[in-house]
Amino acid sequence: MEDKRIVVALAGNPNCGKTTLFNSLTGATAYVGNWPGVTVEKRQGTYKNRKTKESAEIVDLPGIYSLSPYTPEEVVSRDFILNENPDVVINVLDATNLERNLYMTTQIMEMDVPMVVALNMIDVVEKSGEQIDAEDLSKRLGVPVVAISALKQSNLSELMSVAIKAAKSGRKGFSVLSEGKYAKDIKQAVVLYEEQEVSHPLFHAIKALENDEKELEANPELVKKAQEILAKGKQEDFEADTADERYQYITGSYVKARSGKKVEAKEKLSRSDKIDRVLTNRWAAIPIFIVALFFIFHLTFAEDLFYLHAMGVQFSMNFEGNEFFEGLFWTDGGINSIGVILANLVNGITGAIWTGAQNGLTQIGTPDWTIGLLGSVINDGFFAVIGFLPQILVLFFFFSLLEDSGYMARVAFVFDRIFRRAGLSGRAFIPMLMGYGCGVPAMINTRTLNTEKERTATIRVIAFFCCGAKVTAVAAIAGVLASNFGWNAELVSLSMYIVGLVLAVAMVILMHWTTQREKVPPFIMELPAYHAPQARALAIHIWDKAKGFIKKASTIIVLAALFIWVFSNFTPTWQYIPAMVDEMGEPLPAYEGSMLKHLCQAISPIFFPLGFGNNLLGEGWSMTLATALGLVAKEVVADTFITIAGGEELVAGMIGATGISVGGLVAFLVFNLTTVPCFAAVATAKAELPKGQLKWTVLFWLGTSYIVALMVRLMFDFVWTLAIIIPLIILIFVLAYLWYRRACKKEEAAKLEKGEA
Amino acid sequence: MKKTLDVFAIGESGTIVKVNGEGRVRRRLFDMGLTPGAEVYLRKKAPLGDPIEITLRGYELSLRKDEAQNVEVEVKEEK
Repeated sequence: MEDKRIVVALAGNPNCGKTTLFNSLTGATAYVGNWPGVTVEKRQGTYKNRKTKESAEIVDLPGIYSLSPYTPEEVVSRDFILNENPDVVINVLDATNLERNLYMTTQIMEMDVPMVVALNMIDVVEKSGEQIDAEDLSKRLGVPVVAISALKQSNLSELMSVAIKAAKSGRKGFSVLSEGKYAKDIKQAVVLYEEQEVSHPLFHAIKALENDEKELEANPELVKKAQEILAKGKQEDFEADTADERYQYITGSYVKARSGKKVEAKEKLSRSDKIDRVLTNRWAAIPIFIVALFFIFHLTFAEDLFYLHAMGVQFSMNFEGNEFFEGLFWTDGGINSIGVILANLVNGITGAIWTGAQNGLTQIGTPDWTIGLLGSVINDGFFAVIGFLPQILVLFFFFSLLEDSGYMARVAFVFDRIFRRAGLSGRAFIPMLMGYGCGVPAMINTRTLNTEKERTATIRVIAFFCCGAKVTAVAAIAGVLASNFGWNAELVSLSMYIVGLVLAVAMVILMHWTTQREKVPPFIMELPAYHAPQARALAIHIWDKAKGFIKKASTIIVLAALFIWVFSNFTPTWQYIPAMVDEMGEPLPAYEGSMLKHLCQAISPIFFPLGFGNNLLGEGWSMTLATALGLVAKEVVADTFITIAGGEELVAGMIGATGISVGGLVAFLVFNLTTVPCFAAVATAKAELPKGQLKWTVLFWLGTSYIVALMVRLMFDFVWTLAIIIPLIILIFVLAYLWYRRACKKEEAAKLEKGEA
Repeated sequence: MKKTLDVFAIGESGTIVKVNGEGRVRRRLFDMGLTPGAEVYLRKKAPLGDPIEITLRGYELSLRKDEAQNVEVEVKEEK
């Protein structure tokens, strides 16, 4: 008979190697939790050991510094341990930074849950000539301590054996404070909680004495009583004194458990410092960041990597079979970037598969409409979208690299001063940049921010960033702009990235001055040591992303393509349009009288001011369709054009035939990039935003994108309108600022009055 | 000599005497190890002069001058 699965929770500070441990323990079974609608971001996987026959469910909790209710991530971890009752908590510690890591250990110890301490990165400590006595530390803490290296996968099965054994035995909470200054007060508060039969009484009692926000919400009566226990005037000191006692306890047991040479802070001019001298250099920091971003996009999208074509050099090579390499490695005399090479490769393969399949189907006499349907769904739907996967993955790879190496934290550090002007902390820049990859994890990452208003503002502007899925729309429209109007496609892509950033910053400032006004949130952040990103973690990251994308392409995209094909090829009375003829016996124009065309033509006047509405001829209604379907997933935008045009190479011609202006085309792109994001992102926003904010946020997205697209359209088509647009923008900002000043003054006056009264 | 952490020069170090401020910010400073008795060393300032980067309890922490102003430090005299 099999026992009930043991649930093991991994808790620890950010950067302690928790995720590496999680990946090592769960191996290939790891999966990223279902995003939309999930309020808790925790990863779950299964541990199995063939030798010992042991198995367990592993839950990876977000990395946090303390169990205070300071950020939502901390609340998530705290609630998970308190309410979901894991069988055992493995507290992962970074052995190279033991002092601060042990702080949270003293807090988890106060809960009535079995726990094991995993002393991670012990190999790094030993290499530096220091020793930490795990056994001694275990005696002092009163819980098992196992020294491990998650990266080298050493001692992991022992850790799990100890944890599984601990899970079966139970443990009573213990506090390092119970011998200190407040021993008596804590004892009394615990009695209060025990009388009410609250579980984890010790943990709750101490939180009550701290006058903790979350505790106050959960047990207001008990907190009030607990506060009365503390001597008059001592309530303020409790926090300071207990934090101090915790650290004193830690320094005591930690200093005794370690031996070997001790390195002074000042002497520790490590590798990280040397890197930092350059990357956060007073003059170079900001230019380096901009150059790095440029290189990332250039390596992903450039078709002229070394500017050979631009300089007039026609790069080409002539040898046996060069047709194969032509177009793959170089295009139009320029050498391709890695992103483009991979994309060409995938497109070549899928193209060959479809051509082969098409020939085969024709030979066995498959009817035309079946081939048309399969072509729409498989070639124009699935394959076309898969063609964008390589570039999305390359982009994602670079961003993971920046994040895993520790550079992102420096970016926050360098840019904080600038962001503060907009009312945000530098930390908010990290989720925004993540928005270039995918908005969903970016929105979840806002949990590391401090205040509700900062999170709301950040989540709203994440939608403006050009994510991986939007890249497909940008590529399609940039291609049209290049072939129809002679624009530089790479430049179009780059400007779309910049438009997102500029719009985000402008909107954050406006929100800070108006609806999201507050004191600028604090910025207190660890700067982790740089380390070379691990290939394994990167591979898992990218594989997860690729899997998610393929899944989406094979479900949502295929369904969307099917939907478009059916409803654009049949009339409301279900007659197949390509088989119909008019009175003269001539075949009808494609899509004439189809359901989707009717519907889109009815909606299209909305987009008339933006230049891509009912002013268009031919298949212009497909612009309305693409915009509407883009709300499901942004990949569908490009996909719509490919399906309606009947192939990727026909898109430019079809759009050109609508008679669309440059302004209309650019406005279409800008509108689709900045409006309401995909389903998944909206669901995530709903989960992450404060209650009732979703409807305002959706309105904000619609309004902003419409106004910005309108301005763009007018600017390109009627240059003179700049004379109105620019003063108008300035006026909006001036008014918002005046509003802000007035509100600030009012508040100050109210404060003064209160103080005097 | 006693002064607050925000007016430290690069390379100065000292021992924390007192942490002022209110509510969440103070709590956060404690949680991150800025408690009385802890040794701090000012390592660097950001390109625009703020925030600052300090070393304490064996790790690097960055915080703004606004927050650092709450931390009173007894400066260690240079020999």
